[in-house]
Amino acid sequence: MRYLPKSDSERQEMLASMGLTSLEELFSHLPESLLLKRPLSIPPGKSEYEIIDYFRERAAENATGHASFLGAGVYHHYRPVVVDALISRGEFLTAYTPYQPEISQGTLTSIFEFQTMICQLTGMDVANASMYDGSTALPEAVMMASRVTGRSRAVVARAVHPEYREVHLTYARHQGLPVAEARYDPATGQVDLAHLESLVDQETAAVVVQSPNFFGCVEPVREAARIAHAKGALLVVMFTEAVSLGLLEPPAEADIVAGELQSFAISPCYGGPYVGVLAAREKYIRQMPGRLVGQTTDTNGRRAFCLTLATREQHIRREKATSNICTNQALIALMATVFMSVYGKQGLRELAEQNLAKAHYLAGALDNRGAGRRFQAPFFNEFVVRCRQKPAEVNERLLEQKIVGGLELGRFYPELDDCLLLCATETAQREAMDRLAGSF
Amino acid sequence: MIRKARTHVNQDEPLLFERSSPGKKAYQLPPLDVPAVDPTTVLGAENVRREVSNFPEVSEVEVIRHFTRLSTWNYAIDLGLYPLGSCTMKYNPRLNEYVARLEGLAQAHPYLPDKLAQGAMKVQVALEAMLRDITGMAAVTLQPAAGAHGELTGILLVRASLEARGNPRKKVLIPDSAHGTNPATAAIAGYQVENIPSNSEGMVDLAELARRVDDSVAALMVTNPNTLGVFEREIAAAAQLLHERGALLYMDGANMNALVGMVRPGDFGVDVMHLNLHKTFSTPHGGGGPGGGPVAVVSELEPFLPLPRIASGNGTLTYNYDRPQSIGRVKAFYGNFGVLVRALAYILAHGGDGLRNATLDAVLNANYIRKQLEGCYDLPYQAPSMHECVFSDARQAAVGVRTGDIAKRLIDYGFHPYTVSFPLIVHGAMMIEPTETEDKRELDLLIDALRSIAEEARENPELVRTAPHTTRTTRVDEVTAARKPVVRWQPAS
Repeated sequence: MRYLPKSDSERQEMLASMGLTSLEELFSHLPESLLLKRPLSIPPGKSEYEIIDYFRERAAENATGHASFLGAGVYHHYRPVVVDALISRGEFLTAYTPYQPEISQGTLTSIFEFQTMICQLTGMDVANASMYDGSTALPEAVMMASRVTGRSRAVVARAVHPEYREVHLTYARHQGLPVAEARYDPATGQVDLAHLESLVDQETAAVVVQSPNFFGCVEPVREAARIAHAKGALLVVMFTEAVSLGLLEPPAEADIVAGELQSFAISPCYGGPYVGVLAAREKYIRQMPGRLVGQTTDTNGRRAFCLTLATREQHIRREKATSNICTNQALIALMATVFMSVYGKQGLRELAEQNLAKAHYLAGALDNRGAGRRFQAPFFNEFVVRCRQKPAEVNERLLEQKIVGGLELGRFYPELDDCLLLCATETAQREAMDRLAGSF
Repeated sequence: MIRKARTHVNQDEPLLFERSSPGKKAYQLPPLDVPAVDPTTVLGAENVRREVSNFPEVSEVEVIRHFTRLSTWNYAIDLGLYPLGSCTMKYNPRLNEYVARLEGLAQAHPYLPDKLAQGAMKVQVALEAMLRDITGMAAVTLQPAAGAHGELTGILLVRASLEARGNPRKKVLIPDSAHGTNPATAAIAGYQVENIPSNSEGMVDLAELARRVDDSVAALMVTNPNTLGVFEREIAAAAQLLHERGALLYMDGANMNALVGMVRPGDFGVDVMHLNLHKTFSTPHGGGGPGGGPVAVVSELEPFLPLPRIASGNGTLTYNYDRPQSIGRVKAFYGNFGVLVRALAYILAHGGDGLRNATLDAVLNANYIRKQLEGCYDLPYQAPSMHECVFSDARQAAVGVRTGDIAKRLIDYGFHPYTVSFPLIVHGAMMIEPTETEDKRELDLLIDALRSIAEEARENPELVRTAPHTTRTTRVDEVTAARKPVVRWQPAS
């Protein structure tokens, strides 16, 4: 096996130093009845070339060479080449969690920069080192709000990503944390503020909205904050399209901001690995889940960074920890950090403006074909259109032109079974958008 | 004498924000091929931000230098032995990085129609089958994102299956040697945690277990081999006892690197377990993730697995969401797919025989280190070691040198420290896991280093207590960091 670096004579030499003659003797203290008496069924080891062929074949069975207008929480954006070049350095790729600060300052410094940039983008005071993804960041944010408020109920807008809500329900169900869903306004696509207000009471720990929401609509975050705060609840604002933060007013009225950074140079990769973020107001820092990097000094007085406030975490607090999370998404967070460095202040703005322009062009082209937008609220780079034919038929027709169309919304919202959710990022070409519109 | 490392110049580097100056850029977008729109017109002025204050503005060269310089401040498996016990820091084959970036895999959107995602689904089906073979379990879900997430999934499966029998029960038993994620997970899944003491050999005490397991106990969470690196010899009897009383056996698979190809949890009565793909199956740890935490179960628990499950019909794979007993989703989409690709590539490269050989080498390496160092360091538990060995600082503590000091001194010798002060049942623990990745030369260098440090502790304890001496960053003030947390950069006001 080419990844095993010892020769047989070295193995024999090592065994001899222990008074053994065979490797199997190292297992002789195990109950004989438990030892596997046959080889695994997995076929013998393959060469590099065979493995590449295997995965090329699998890759070819997926869509290739299509234009895609899918968004719905996962977005096609350009990925600067330097991102992979930098994160492929073995010192980042093959390092462990930075528990030993003297020889982990590279990782620690980059996480400190990550935390800072997340604060700058979201308008929050503090951000952690990452969560698994946006979907798991939601229940973590709600559990955090529960700890802060000493309350247990959550009110979640129905226009929060449906899969995020499903994950949240899985977590909430077993902890006795009741969840109510606030309707969306069928005209605007935004959360129905009156309904939201009617659901929030003195037992509500968290009010959760997503902006832009699953329909692409910008939510009235300030009004949601007013409703939450009037009853002493925390406002959690989620996001799935991080590029929107380059242009949209940050949700500074929120108490916790949680979301997904997939848009920041992270390949769609069939659903992961991505990176979730969780940011909050400073006063809640000791209730945050996950790792945090803090600034300090070394014995020579030089600036240094280390993992901090570990007394919140499972390896110290065990069953009283703020979360069970241990391994997070450090390398993916580094991808996002490099992305943010490449685009920077001007670039993120320009990128967001391109997304805005492309999506509005597409919406206009569809409108001209009689496929109007379903909702009136302002949108960023995705929107819902009502189809005159069945959405599945429209998508089939598009596939014939090597276009992957939109998400058929009936899957998650039966009342929207005549609708598609379409997304146009900076990667959408005008020619493909015109062809897409021509099929409606 | 330090034989593995010497100091060399490395570069200082400010934070990105300190490098930043207005107007610098590292990007160029293609020209817009559609009319620009005015953000305030389409979004409303109240929704448009003025700028992202203090966001970096740097050039591409500076981006490259910045992160490259930072990278040189890290230790990594690519630089040498990384003996962190229970972390399984093994070689990360670059082939796996290559195949995970193939366009058809990396660019696949999770909402592609099933017929355009057959390759991605086949990868999952293949990996599930191989993990079933390795664990001896009936079914596998690949959805959990990491080990602790797999634990949560597993304990929710326990809860759901007991609920289906009529009573989810109240408590989860956890040995005092367990990882902190075990009790944290049980608590999040709504269970009370009851810690059970290990016996004099460091193993689960069967008699104690028999006293504790009643109809309030949902499961025992056990790591096997345990965190002392010792195989739980009576695991099958423990499983039988739990099953007789209606409770389940959960296995934390963190130490699966000791078992692959030799012993299968399904053969000793485990009902549910998780695997850490970023440990046993070599997906890069990346400075703290991403991971992968598949969960394997016996057939009785299969109906409760997270949604969706892949089903096959007419030669086409599809997702089945119609599973009324499922615990629901634990993560959006289908797991950390890119991590799954890498783990499958690792398994394919080894094959069944290679996986078994890797296990044998991992156990050989740990036992070799134990044998070579038992004269220098206290070995608190004598039971045979599997893939890791646990010493204590008892001899060195007499002169005021603790496990943390020895660990820091190891840095000067060119190694990453071992796992310090864990498991908690060993006072002053030094937990060493070399993995199969290490050649004999590298092992001998580690052994020489630890012998030399034992000698230094006797002759010059201050040298060890104040280590490391050769790093660009010396010991850091963690107390102040926690007392007055500064977790973001702020411009000088």
